[in-house]
Amino acid sequence: MNIAVVVRQVPDLIEPLEIAPSGTEFDFGSASFLLNESDDHALEQALLLKEAHGGHVTVVALDFGDVDNTLYTAAAKGADRIVKIARDDAPPPPRAAAVLYAEAIKPIAPELVLVGVQAHDELDGGVAPFLAAALGMPYVGVIRGVAVGAEPGAVAAFKEFPGAVMARMNVKLPAVLGILGADQPPRYVPVSRIRGAMKTTQFEESAAAAVSSEPLTAIARLYPPAAGSRAEMLSGSETEIASRIVDILAQKGLVK
Amino acid sequence: MSTARKQAGAELLEQLGKSGYGKPPLGCMQCGLCAATCPLGSAMEFPPRNLLLQAASGNLDKLLESPSLWMCVACYACSKRCPRGIELTESLWPALRDAAMQRGIQPPAELQETFQNVLKYGNVLGKSPRARLDWTKSLDVRVLDLSREPRPVDVLWLVGCYPSYYPRNQVVARAFARILTQLGVAWGILGTKEKAVGECDRMFGEEGLFETLVEDNRKLFDKYDFGKLVVLDPHAYRALQNFYPRFGAWYPAQHYTTFLAEYMEQLRPLMVKPVETVVTYHDNCCVGRRCGCYDPPRELLGLISGVKLVEMAHNRDDSLCCGGGGGGMWLDAHIVAHGGQRLSDQRVREAADSGADTLAVSCPYELSRFEDAAKVTGLEGRVKVRDIIELLAEAMDLGERSVA
Repeated sequence: MNIAVVVRQVPDLIEPLEIAPSGTEFDFGSASFLLNESDDHALEQALLLKEAHGGHVTVVALDFGDVDNTLYTAAAKGADRIVKIARDDAPPPPRAAAVLYAEAIKPIAPELVLVGVQAHDELDGGVAPFLAAALGMPYVGVIRGVAVGAEPGAVAAFKEFPGAVMARMNVKLPAVLGILGADQPPRYVPVSRIRGAMKTTQFEESAAAAVSSEPLTAIARLYPPAAGSRAEMLSGSETEIASRIVDILAQKGLVK
Repeated sequence: MSTARKQAGAELLEQLGKSGYGKPPLGCMQCGLCAATCPLGSAMEFPPRNLLLQAASGNLDKLLESPSLWMCVACYACSKRCPRGIELTESLWPALRDAAMQRGIQPPAELQETFQNVLKYGNVLGKSPRARLDWTKSLDVRVLDLSREPRPVDVLWLVGCYPSYYPRNQVVARAFARILTQLGVAWGILGTKEKAVGECDRMFGEEGLFETLVEDNRKLFDKYDFGKLVVLDPHAYRALQNFYPRFGAWYPAQHYTTFLAEYMEQLRPLMVKPVETVVTYHDNCCVGRRCGCYDPPRELLGLISGVKLVEMAHNRDDSLCCGGGGGGMWLDAHIVAHGGQRLSDQRVREAADSGADTLAVSCPYELSRFEDAAKVTGLEGRVKVRDIIELLAEAMDLGERSVA
């Protein structure tokens, strides 16, 4: 099966995000980036399908942040092709980014497109359904596993609903699936393999960069949430603090 | 069994024989001293003797898939006892772990996270590199950050991951900074540029990650003019002493115990405050059993008036490991789930049995391991765990008031 996977770099929240002086965007200059978690699962799902049924996995990414490390890791894990969309600045919001991904994916003509169902930088909606719309493919999201079904030209996608109900859906291909989790956790690949991939992997440049990706929404203002009533900080010796905690819990009726 | 599979195991052992670590593993005569001395051997599916036998017989697949592959805590007891001089700890175990990962066998999840933290952030705790200097915030002595203010120093102190980030160990880092300053040592640190030395990564078998760290650290160290490296972490010491030179990266390095022991005469008059306590010292495996350095830590403790030193049943080269080396720091759950025990629990009981009320340590892993163990074994309050640095600082009246 010919599978395309979209992987995105998202700000690493190990550092607090700074709002740029403009007040309408983040200051990415001070941020570090990492692979979006559900995209990592999308890649794992693609590799599992390839290993079980044969095929070809192409990883598509916007050239931003330290995406190269992510892409070399994907190659070390078993991705066959890496396509990079050149960018001079930070990725546009999801609706515009989806257009870029779609343009890069069309020449690959995949039967299945896997992308993480969510990312914490999705300011104007999810990339996954926008991408399906841009590709003119059906979309199912919040997928927790994919199997090659009994029906030819379709996959079985497992979706979890609230209330611990699982659904097995037959999805006709080509299709876009928004992956929440792969059948197994993303694999660990030793660094020596990544170092090897750095020497042997060739990135392909996508022409999609030429496509206009004007944001369709505008951010009026970014700001930290307003603080509510402040927390009470307890001070004193350990014994005093402990007895104060007990008093508070007792006042609230949580302990007798 | 196919000849190819049989060869794979024997070839691996043969390669190790040429690696320069110990004597050739194929020389093993199956005496079993290694398995008998291994503190976790009885819980392992493949204790060291069997590990060698199965590898030589080509049973590599079974061995690499066994949970016991991730149970070695790098205590060096097997290597120390081997009459054939086979270096199991630094050579065989890491090589097998590397072979497992190269085949796509997944290491325990806790280890994967640790590796990724080191690769991405340069520290095992997954903390922000920018927060590496947080331990200095409440410090009352000047810290020379060479990355901001490069100048020649006698001592480039690699603070280490736990002393930089972990609150309990930060107390020790601050005490060491005060002691260095009091001794008039010209010292500096690498500030937010410092990265893990990577000993644990290599011992886990993450050779590629270790190589990356050696390359990064080498570039970093070479920027500065220093006399020697001093480390608080005995694992870092072992790596700088024995693993870095194999990449051509040779730097004079000392563990703080041997470093401070050279200042014995300067330290003596600085001991102004008695510390009335019965102390037993836990020999860490790297500086102790592996490097045979048993006296300097005891001599340092002997400087402190009021300290009465007693020995545990297992001491010096017979010391019992805290269970934190070779990845053990992150693998207690894995080891216990597969029938092993937390060695730190056993060790803290030995400390109590020795009659000591203070368990003195000289490795950043050990503070939290033994303090946890004291809680688990009901010995909290009975045995206090303190780094030698903390005891010295208290005797020099440089300790942190909240801890002393």
